[in-house]
Amino acid sequence: MSVLVGPKTKLICQGLTGTAGGFHSGQCMKYGTKLVGGVTPGKGGTTWTSAEVPDAKVPIFDTVAEAVAATGANATMIFVPPPFAADAIMEAADAGIEVIVTITEGIPTVDMVKVADYLKGRKSRLIGPNCPGIITPGSCKIGIMPGYIHKPGRVGVISRSGTLTYEAVWQLTSRGIGQSTCIGIGGDPILGTTHTDAVRLFNEDPDTDAIVLIGEIGGTGEDEAAAYIKKHVKKPVVAFIGGQTAPKGKRMGHAGAIISGGKGTAAEKMAALSAAGVTVCVSPADIGSSMEKVLKSKAGKGKKAAKSARKPASPSRQAKRARAAKSGRVRRK
Amino acid sequence: MNVHEYQAKELLKRYHIPVPDGRLATTPEEAEKAFRDLNVPIAAVKAQIHAGGRGKAGGIKVVKSAEEARAAAKEIIGKVLVTHQTGPQGKQVRKVWVEAGTIPEKEFYVGIVIDRKAEKPVLMVSPAGGMDIEEVAAKTPEKIFKEEVGLAGLQPFQVRKLSKALGLDPALQKQALPLFTNLCRMFVELDCSLAEINPLAVAGGKILALDAKLNFDDRGLFRHPDVEAMRDIHEEDAAELEAAKIGISYISLDGNIGCMVNGAGLAMGTMDVVKLAGGSPANFLDVGGGATKDQVTAAFRLLLSNSNVKAILVNIFGGIMKCDVIASGVIEAARAVKLSVPLVVRLEGTNVEIGRKLLAESGLALTSATDMADAASKVVAAAGR
Repeated sequence: MSVLVGPKTKLICQGLTGTAGGFHSGQCMKYGTKLVGGVTPGKGGTTWTSAEVPDAKVPIFDTVAEAVAATGANATMIFVPPPFAADAIMEAADAGIEVIVTITEGIPTVDMVKVADYLKGRKSRLIGPNCPGIITPGSCKIGIMPGYIHKPGRVGVISRSGTLTYEAVWQLTSRGIGQSTCIGIGGDPILGTTHTDAVRLFNEDPDTDAIVLIGEIGGTGEDEAAAYIKKHVKKPVVAFIGGQTAPKGKRMGHAGAIISGGKGTAAEKMAALSAAGVTVCVSPADIGSSMEKVLKSKAGKGKKAAKSARKPASPSRQAKRARAAKSGRVRRK
Repeated sequence: MNVHEYQAKELLKRYHIPVPDGRLATTPEEAEKAFRDLNVPIAAVKAQIHAGGRGKAGGIKVVKSAEEARAAAKEIIGKVLVTHQTGPQGKQVRKVWVEAGTIPEKEFYVGIVIDRKAEKPVLMVSPAGGMDIEEVAAKTPEKIFKEEVGLAGLQPFQVRKLSKALGLDPALQKQALPLFTNLCRMFVELDCSLAEINPLAVAGGKILALDAKLNFDDRGLFRHPDVEAMRDIHEEDAAELEAAKIGISYISLDGNIGCMVNGAGLAMGTMDVVKLAGGSPANFLDVGGGATKDQVTAAFRLLLSNSNVKAILVNIFGGIMKCDVIASGVIEAARAVKLSVPLVVRLEGTNVEIGRKLLAESGLALTSATDMADAASKVVAAAGR
């Protein structure tokens, strides 16, 4: 019913005793997320309470390792200021945290080079940095997104941006289209989870039927995702790329949103996604309606497929098909 | 953040990378004295602006005497240079770098950037020195050689590979080893986002950096007050600087529709939707996820400081920051700045009904829009009137 986070997620917050960390942790608890602890070096042994959820007393630890040992936490939300954020991510990975959601904006790229290297070969998945977080509607919210705009359902959402994701999610929800999980992968040049990683997760999730992919100028993450989709994904994908009108060489708010050396334009990404069979919206106002159309046509095809599938295929053919699916040899329609 | 060539060379020197001897001059007299101090038969007087293509635009003169240096400086200082990187408005020259002349026997390109896919810095070299590297990459990509720089730094074997590719003889290779290694070390230690030596020249059996360009990751500047001190505000857009001061992300563009949006992604999407509706955005402006009344007011002032702006579009998706709070901010700000151009507001999200009611009852001459497409067509129509 979701990817990465859900009812079994036990969350800690690194930077819980700060203003933003405290406020958003309270919002997450209110949404139903199990917040089991906080980490602030030097404040271990104290407890934290939220104005939103006054009954809950959340224990604070000096280190992530202590928090994990005491609470069994498997996810963390990082609000640590930029100069110390890379250290916080590595500490969480060292403690074996499975999902590390880094909200912090402004981590120096050189620090993220070190983090990327440190995370190699570890089981931790980093989401972000510079992201709104991840939410499985109705069960677990880790991040700064407004919870109520989401609705439980079967569309996976991937995006590099915050408010543009809310915009897209709202367009879906107001059409009655729910979401399995929404992942804000972040606006930085070096990201823990890429578009391709997120597409793969949704493609393998039996409870996700379709994917919304929101990208923007800068880098080649969307192009790589397009190549992956072409090869492996049969679920419908609707995409929008922001920054079609952005000038070259200018950083558009996000550290990663820059066309450098003429590379990373919206046009390139849109062409790559279209070539991979993705429904590409030119206007961000059309994300919800495009998904609605795609799902309707899929439902129509589904009926046809059900009719033609009345005659079961021979067992040997079934096995062949399964093998082909496993090796990724199945061609996209 | 960018720095001038002379500042980049000062930093290269700190990392033991050979550069020609030079002096900075802000007046023709200083340039004359600089030539005498250098005590060389030939020198280059180079305009210091944050843009490439200076030579073609007449910003670099070769001089053979102190008098010539003085005359060249007189011509260049104060001049507005228009190159392919300055935009049509050009950039005014405020200082020149007087540098000992070098007659290169060979020229190479050397550059380091972060490879986002590899998640590490990558060192690129090319025997096509002195040329625009983007052009080389597009036309003759086989002439660019790359080595990834791991956490352990650039290794000697990687320098040997690159030296081979550049055709350096053993004597030059010996000089390339510390040069490339130190350049990579500088890139990481100083939080660079681009370190480029183009051309890297061979002259009289020595390798040296004839031109240099350094860009820095703004987010790492807190670690480098000495680099931060090299900031030249004359080279930066006044509105963009003002925006940075108040915590707003702003980029000037050449259209006539002012855009105020919360969030960078939505701000880019808003520009796109304005263009699709047949308009042209005057700017990119992200007031931030939790825009306050003060920020909204400051953002309005910024938008209105651009005389091209014929209409303003406010597009806010209220999440944690509620729409009614934003609406009050927009109303107060519009009153405070005595808004003189048509205003189209599109609000969506938390408490949107209260927000829209506040706007409707404000008595301000503003147009409400229901969605992004509607907002764009309304603002384009308003700007055209």
